[in-house]
Amino acid sequence: MSSLVKRLQHKTGRSVLDALAAVGRFAALMVELGRGLTEWRVWIPRAFDEAWKVGMGSLFIVLLISSFAGGVTALQAGYQFTGSIPIYVVGSLVTESVVLELGPVLVGLILAGRIGAAYAAELGTMRVTEQIDALESLGRSPSSYLLVPRVVACLVMIPVLVVFADVVAVLAGWIAAKQALPITDQDFVYGARIFWRPFDASYSLIKAFFFAAAISLISCYRGYTTKQGAEGVGRSTTGAVVTASVLILLLDLVLAKLLLTS
Amino acid sequence: MIEIRNLAKRFGAQVVLDDVTLTVNEGETMALLGPSGTGKSVLLKHIIGLMRPDKGEVIVDGLNVARLKRKELAALRSTIGYVFQNGALFDSMDVHENIRLGLTNPEQYGDEEYVEARVQECLKIVNLAPEVARKMPADLSGGMRKRVGIARAIAGKPKYLLYDEPTSGLDPVNSDIIDTMVKRLDEELGVTSIMVTHDVRGAFRTADRIALLTSGKIVAIGTPEEFKESTVPEVRAFLERDFDNEPI
Repeated sequence: MSSLVKRLQHKTGRSVLDALAAVGRFAALMVELGRGLTEWRVWIPRAFDEAWKVGMGSLFIVLLISSFAGGVTALQAGYQFTGSIPIYVVGSLVTESVVLELGPVLVGLILAGRIGAAYAAELGTMRVTEQIDALESLGRSPSSYLLVPRVVACLVMIPVLVVFADVVAVLAGWIAAKQALPITDQDFVYGARIFWRPFDASYSLIKAFFFAAAISLISCYRGYTTKQGAEGVGRSTTGAVVTASVLILLLDLVLAKLLLTS
Repeated sequence: MIEIRNLAKRFGAQVVLDDVTLTVNEGETMALLGPSGTGKSVLLKHIIGLMRPDKGEVIVDGLNVARLKRKELAALRSTIGYVFQNGALFDSMDVHENIRLGLTNPEQYGDEEYVEARVQECLKIVNLAPEVARKMPADLSGGMRKRVGIARAIAGKPKYLLYDEPTSGLDPVNSDIIDTMVKRLDEELGVTSIMVTHDVRGAFRTADRIALLTSGKIVAIGTPEEFKESTVPEVRAFLERDFDNEPI
C-alpha cells in the first residue's frame, strides 16, 4: 500500500515538474519571439511568404466549409421556426450565428488542423534533422527566421479568412433559405439587420485574432521543442492540433463570457 | 585556439562528458575518435554554444563560450563553420540559398554579385558542379549533401571548422573523397579544425593530432604516429575496431 502511495506521489510530482518545465519553455519561446521581432529585415519578407501560404492555401477549404455551414444553418432555422416565429428570424439567426460563432470557430478549428499540423511538423522535422541547430550555428536567430514570420502570418491572415468565411456563409445561408423556405430577399435582409450590432463584426475579428495566436504559438512551440526523431515529430504534430483545438474552444467560452455578457 | 577545461555534461542519469580537458592549437587539425554515443558530437556542440556545460568551460579565442551574451555568441559563431552529420541543409531552400546562409557578414550576404561568386567558389572548392546550386537538397546524394554542408560551413571564411562525422553513412570511395577534401581545405584555408569521427583511417589521413574519447573521457591524445604506437588498451581496442571485446 505504501509503495503504491509512493509511486502515486512520484508520478504526481513528476507531472507537476513536467508541466512547470513546459511553462518555462513556453515563456522562453515568448522571450525569443520578442527578440526576433527586432530583426524586422529578416522576418518581414518571410512573413509575406508565410501569409501567402496561410491565406491562399487555406482559402478554398475555408470557403467550402463556411458555405456548407451557412446553408445548413439556414435550413435548420427554417425547419425549427416555420409556422411559429416570423420567417425573417432566419436572416437574423443565420447572420448572428455565423458572425458570432460559426465563422471564427470553424475557421479556427480547420486551421488548427491545417496550419497547426503543418507548422508543428515543419519545425519538428527541422529540429530533429538539426536544421534549427544549423541556423543557430550560423549566428542567425531561429526566432526571426522561423517563428516570427509564422506567428505574424497567422495573426494577419486568419482574421482575413474569417471575414471571407463570414461573408460566404451568410450568402450561402441566404441562398439556401431562398431555395428551401418561403422567404424573400427583403425578409432575409430585414432579419439580418434587425438584431445586428456593429460590435458583432469586431467580436468576430477579436475571436479570430485570439484563435490565430493560439494556433500559431502552440504549433510553433510544439514543433520547436520536438525531441526524439520521427516519433517525436508525430507526437508534436498531434499534440499541436489537439491543444490548439481545445484552446480555441476554451477561448471561445472565455471571450463570450468577457465580451458578450458584461 | 580552442581550450576545453574540465567539461562535464549529463543528460538525466547518463554521464556523457566527464571532466574532459583538451586543447586544439591554432592551425591544427584534431580528430576526435570514439565509438558511437560517447559524447563526441555533444563536445562539438559545446564549442559552438549549442549546449551549455554542467561543469567546466570552453574557451574559444580567449572567450568563455557559455558566458557570452547573445550578440557576442553570434559574433563568435560567425568565425566557426560547423559541418553537421547529415548536412542539416535547409530543405525548403536550394543549394545556392543554403550556401548563401553561410555568409555571416550582412554586407556580403546582401551583395548579389558577391553571393553568386562566393557560392560558385565554394561549390568548386568542394568539387561540385556549378549547376548543383539550383538543386534542392532532396535531389542530392548523401555525399553531395555532405559536400554542400561543407560548402555552407566555409562560405563565411571561418577561422575554425568543426566536422561532425563528415564521412558517416558514406561508401569508402566517397569517404576518401571527403577525407581528401577536408585535408586540402585545412591546408589551403589554414583553419583550425576538429573532426569528430569513428573512422580510424580517415582520422589518420587528415589529422595532425588524434584524441580518443570513450565513456565521456579523453583516454589518449597524440600525433597519428604516437597514437599508432600507443599501449593504452582502449586505443589498441579501437585500432582493432573491436570495442565490444576485451581490450587486446
